[in-house]
Amino acid sequence: METQKNISRRNFIKLSGMTGAALTLGFYLPASGKDAEVMTMEEANSLGIDMNAWISIDTTGKVTITNHRSEMGQGSWQSVPQIIAEELEVDMNKINIIFAQGNNAKYGSQITGGSSTVRGTYKKLLNLSATAREMLIEAASKKFGVPKAECHAEDGQVIHTPSGKKLHYGELVKDASALTPPKSVKLKLPAEYKILRKPLPRQDTPLKTNGTAIFGMDKKLPGMLYAVVERNPRFQGKVKSFDDTETKKIPGVKHVIPVKMSVFATFREGVAVVADNLWAAMQGRKVLKVEWDDTGFEHLSTTQLYTRMKDDLKTKEGLSFRTKGNFNAAVEKAEKKIEAVYETPYESHSCMEPLNCTAHYQEDKLEIWGPIQGPDWVQDFLSQLMDLPKEKIIVNMTFLGGGLGRKAFMDYPHEAAVLSKEVKAPVQVVWTREDDTTQGPFRPGMVYHCSGGVSGGRIAAFQTKVAGQDMDHQWPGAQKDAYLGSTTEGFLEPYFDGISHYSFSDIPLDVPIPVMWWRSVYASTNGFAFESFIDELSVEAGKDPLDFRRQHLGEERYQILIDKLEEVSGWKSRKKNEGYGVAITECFSSIVGEVVKVSKKTDGKIKIDKVWAVMDCGWYVNPDIIRAQVEGSIIMALGAATKHATHFQDGKAVEKNFDTYKMPRITDSPEMEVHIIDNDEKAGGVGEPGLPPFTPALTNAIFDLTGKRIRVLPFNLEEV
Amino acid sequence: MASITLKINNKNHTVEADPKMPLLWAIRELVGLTGTKYGCGVAQCGACTIHMNGLPVRSCSIPVSTAVNKEITTIEGLSENNSHPVQQAWIQEQVPQCGYCQSGQIMAATALLKRNANPSDKDIDAAMQGHICRCGTYPRIRKAIKAAAQIMSQKASTK
Repeated sequence: METQKNISRRNFIKLSGMTGAALTLGFYLPASGKDAEVMTMEEANSLGIDMNAWISIDTTGKVTITNHRSEMGQGSWQSVPQIIAEELEVDMNKINIIFAQGNNAKYGSQITGGSSTVRGTYKKLLNLSATAREMLIEAASKKFGVPKAECHAEDGQVIHTPSGKKLHYGELVKDASALTPPKSVKLKLPAEYKILRKPLPRQDTPLKTNGTAIFGMDKKLPGMLYAVVERNPRFQGKVKSFDDTETKKIPGVKHVIPVKMSVFATFREGVAVVADNLWAAMQGRKVLKVEWDDTGFEHLSTTQLYTRMKDDLKTKEGLSFRTKGNFNAAVEKAEKKIEAVYETPYESHSCMEPLNCTAHYQEDKLEIWGPIQGPDWVQDFLSQLMDLPKEKIIVNMTFLGGGLGRKAFMDYPHEAAVLSKEVKAPVQVVWTREDDTTQGPFRPGMVYHCSGGVSGGRIAAFQTKVAGQDMDHQWPGAQKDAYLGSTTEGFLEPYFDGISHYSFSDIPLDVPIPVMWWRSVYASTNGFAFESFIDELSVEAGKDPLDFRRQHLGEERYQILIDKLEEVSGWKSRKKNEGYGVAITECFSSIVGEVVKVSKKTDGKIKIDKVWAVMDCGWYVNPDIIRAQVEGSIIMALGAATKHATHFQDGKAVEKNFDTYKMPRITDSPEMEVHIIDNDEKAGGVGEPGLPPFTPALTNAIFDLTGKRIRVLPFNLEEV
Repeated sequence: MASITLKINNKNHTVEADPKMPLLWAIRELVGLTGTKYGCGVAQCGACTIHMNGLPVRSCSIPVSTAVNKEITTIEGLSENNSHPVQQAWIQEQVPQCGYCQSGQIMAATALLKRNANPSDKDIDAAMQGHICRCGTYPRIRKAIKAAAQIMSQKASTK
């Protein structure tokens, strides 16, 4: 056991709302940033403090745990309670899990993005659950009339170790809730874990095999109407006029009304068809005629967008982000120098559950239900947009049929809220697959110009200039000459030590296409450029690509990961006619290395034989969830690399549904093997970091097999 | 609008619907069984897969009128308590992530195993390639189908 000072001690408060009927613990997070004083429940009540209730144990011993984050497949529904169950000493199967409502004053940020759920809260949750356990032990020791040290907690009960006498948590909550939380608690060492780091089955799995998991679109309210919206296909145009004569003839159609929703600094305009069933609304929309005013902004095509980015790279200096030494001088002196340009496409998120949101606006209050990644953010935004105080807005999370960053945005809840207010009824707005694919915000398309030199088998100089849209530049009042800040996302930190002369800069592209986080964000595209170019430099240096990386990544953590990759993939014992490629990236505090093996089929076409991944995410919760996330990240990367892209023509997205925006399928899924490094590092992210290294590992493998370097995505594996 | 009787999971439901309304919306909104999902509306993703007379079909692309006098099974009708071998295998192999596509995947897998008790990888590819999983659970789906086949053969041999 390690003794840990209870850092949250001053932020702890216990709450037993039913006066001793439950032991309920949470944190009090004062808005002012000041530390809260420890107070009794009576004091908290007298101050009117509305506490979060992270853990609640009732008199029957039932444990209820609040999941403050959303569940979009990444496993928070399992990992949050798995953390708590360990220190609380309860059986995972006896825990009831509920979603929190949006409230960042209670829970801190709830935005489920940046792979942040575990790494952002695990220490707090461990402390909280250990505190609850200690209070239960203390209560039991008093009842037994024995020293606390003679008692231990196990499986939802406190046991007097010498005599074997037992008391269930339920029998102790009344007394425990009257105690003062201890000043410090002992946390287990990883070697002592019984629940953490075990591949326990997810609590949400059975709900997802029998149709009982409630997703956003499954929400139903009495009197609820359904809406679909014909939105401007060029994103920024205005509704000039519309003709709803035919629409209103469709049985079930109740209202046809213009609607605006907030998208960064602009509003997306559309005309909503509201009906008593979704099919009627869809039919009504088909015969609706809308005329748009699309003046005042550019209507761009993909060719124009990429020409502009490439021209920018040639003619503009860019905003310097991170430099060391003197790149220009160093590259001139290098034995060999090379340049390469890499292109990555715009992408739609295309979650399996299309965007949808249910809102009920009544008098002066608003309630929202939906597949939402940031319920607290939605609450904040709707408070401004709907001119309601935050406490009048309730945001409920359902299960999310995928999030991928898209469902962290607040546009679709805003649209639902506006419509509910307008028609004075609960409204569910459903985006059709076509809406979901064409309306964005998209992953931004990027172009990278890399230059570098090698001398004596090492990188002598490294430069990357990035052109592409900056997500932050879309907000009202954004400082558009500010650099991206994500320019080096995905790049491995030790390279900054291992390379003496480098320069990273970016040239923001200012165009009217909305862009947004897409799983692993800028690392998803940066990683392709960086790890392709490192590979190209290794070839120039005449070095094995894996050894070349080993040589530049001095830190032990990276050396261990490289050794593991080499070992599991059989890198050194590869045969002729096998192409091996490696890539290593780092984002959201986790490092992932992947090796891809390719070969040629009898018809000469390339096939992916196997992918090995090594994940170093430091402290972790559930190895099976990690494996699942890495497998899924690899498949998602494979899709963006070889299957789909969003193109624009005359300012509109071209691909509309899965017939043209082609997804990877079971037939594309390669064999995968995921390894997890055990170490004492801090917890890193799990949901995203497995994605960036796959594509460069694949294209590096194709180069290894064929000598052909792929620098433009997506590419067709069948046509290499 | 017409009065239409649908036999879903061995129970008759009479609904008032436009006969052209896709069966998917009738099942979800009019009957209230929400386990069957909308994914694309054009029979490209498989999220809406149900059984009609034992065969897997895309409910998003079948008018509700076509389903009259047919035996319809949805995910809710597969078992009372997650006990169908395919559901058991899905849990054993921890297939779902977000879970949204899984009702359709499970319905396709059960239909496959009904006609082919021991499917090869190729058989699995052919039966499942119409189903998109954005979370990328494909390797686990493959494993789970094989596990379900085993569970079913064990059950058959102990009978």
